[in-house]
Amino acid sequence: MTLEELRKLRGNVKSEIEKRDTEGKTIEVIVGMGTCGIASGAKETFNAFVKEIDAKGLGKSVLLRQTGCMGMCANEPTVEVVVPGMPRVIYGNVKAPVAKDIVEKHLIGHELLDKLILDRPAADIITNK
Amino acid sequence: MIADLTQNSVEADATLVTLDFVQTEDTLTVTLVDNGKGMSEETLARAKDPFYTDGKKHPGRKIGLGIPFLIQTMQETDGDWNIKSAVGKGTTVFMQFNLANIDTPPIGKISEMFAEVMTLPGTKNGYDMDIHRTNINPVLDYRLNRNEIKEALGGDLESVESIKLLNEYIESQEQPQ
Repeated sequence: MTLEELRKLRGNVKSEIEKRDTEGKTIEVIVGMGTCGIASGAKETFNAFVKEIDAKGLGKSVLLRQTGCMGMCANEPTVEVVVPGMPRVIYGNVKAPVAKDIVEKHLIGHELLDKLILDRPAADIITNK
Repeated sequence: MIADLTQNSVEADATLVTLDFVQTEDTLTVTLVDNGKGMSEETLARAKDPFYTDGKKHPGRKIGLGIPFLIQTMQETDGDWNIKSAVGKGTTVFMQFNLANIDTPPIGKISEMFAEVMTLPGTKNGYDMDIHRTNINPVLDYRLNRNEIKEALGGDLESVESIKLLNEYIESQEQPQ
């Protein structure tokens, strides 16, 4: 594939991005990709999100980001999900099959996956303000 | 490991990171050059110590083991490494993996690693990245430039659509000509 072909595949998506930014309706999925996350399969999780979100036709409206260790290594892979109008949620133990559930239930169904929610970071990384 | 060290470069305010990836039957030689803030000799010495942290090595996290892991792996597997750094100029990391040594970790999927380092969150100034990969078997010789790819993708490397296309683009370069 050449850059020119890539450009064609991409088409006119730029205008969509601008529209999305001004509307403030961006859904964000942030995957913890520190060494601990990757060791637990965060790469597979990340790829599963790409596949599922694309399969549901949400590729243009969902941002997928990677971040470092979230300080909850025992529960890796961890994924933070930000859907406008819903609380920010961090899920733990998100193996690739769980990514599918998150896309279907949380991103599309607007329903939290209660059993996977991590309610707070490990105590040693919280700073008292 | 290479992804972690590349992340160091990006987090050190580098505006240009180059990654040279030369693979033969027995060796994988990677040269990582950045124009970030660099380290003094003293800081570099401490960065090699796994038990050292200044509590602010990285934005958003307190600790890092990238360089100690590199040194440990090379010592265990008869590889070679070298780090040169100058304050205000940048850092160069040279690493040569001995692929013939049974203890050398598997290389993993290179195309995925390239996609990963191209989509790092980065600092507010953003960063450009040049990757050059050559391989003997199968014969591969290609270059990737982050700004060019980003421009081709309409300036967006964060939406799932872009990430998917980025993966496909890099994967297509991995196919022998």
